[in-house]
Amino acid sequence: MRCESVSLQLAEIADGLNRLPLDAERHVESCLRCQAELVQYRRLLRALTGLRGQYLAPDDGLLEDILAALRPPATVHRLHRRSRKAAYLGGIAAAATAGAAGAIVIASRLAARQSLAS
Amino acid sequence: MLESADVDELVESAKAGDHLAFEQLVRLTYTDTYTLAYRLVGDEEDARDVVQETYLRAHKGLKRFRGDAQFSTWLHRITANCANTYLGRRGRHSHDLLPDDPVIADLNPQRDPEQRVGLGDLRDQLSAALLELPPKLRAVVVLRDIYDLPHETIADQLGITESAAKVRLHRARKRLRERLYPLGEEEEARAV
Repeated sequence: MRCESVSLQLAEIADGLNRLPLDAERHVESCLRCQAELVQYRRLLRALTGLRGQYLAPDDGLLEDILAALRPPATVHRLHRRSRKAAYLGGIAAAATAGAAGAIVIASRLAARQSLAS
Repeated sequence: MLESADVDELVESAKAGDHLAFEQLVRLTYTDTYTLAYRLVGDEEDARDVVQETYLRAHKGLKRFRGDAQFSTWLHRITANCANTYLGRRGRHSHDLLPDDPVIADLNPQRDPEQRVGLGDLRDQLSAALLELPPKLRAVVVLRDIYDLPHETIADQLGITESAAKVRLHRARKRLRERLYPLGEEEEARAV
């Protein structure tokens, strides 16, 4: 038996859940290269298991985004209604401000003309 | 650390329609879900999308959660499924993905001066190596060897047969081993 034909089987049995076929097992017992490979697979699996305890930190907005997406429709509607109401009021206020500003401009121009005429 | 009993209680309340209980479950689990999503899709923005989709599906399907497995395992399964769908969609719309069988770069610090600085221990190298695996291989090794999901569940969530899942797992492990232990290091491993 050759090392190449055992190689992928080592990847399979490294977690200890399966055993090698007898001929492969005999080969590994007498082959330092395959034994070394098996050790590397076991180290690899230990390191992979170790990654389970490592968490990546998402940026701050993620939780809020998830919760917003999950918000019940009623809440969303309420929020929409509120923001629509705010938009109407804002629009009215802006229009009133623009009207007042226009009136002031016209009044000041008229006053300027009158003072020139006199 | 989170007690299983607390989670079970929150799950029961959420199933009964308590929205705040579900929000609490999200708060307790979203970092874990994000970590898995990132490990599966390999990109922060994509991972965020996968996480959001995961919780929407979990919320919708919570009544079907029977409690046979832990809530976290159930979430992992949904995350895997969402990531798989997402990667499939991304694959159909993208033309610049890595090929399925890319050449593995030699990141042995002994041979690459740039890598001598930065790559610390084996876990750092392993995290980098995982991200270089083709997504199909990466998904299986992440779900099996990090998150301990059974082959059957992995196959189910990825839409492949159990034997295909096993073959991918062995190929992924082989790639990772070759990447982390290039030939020059075999002598060292023999000494262990």
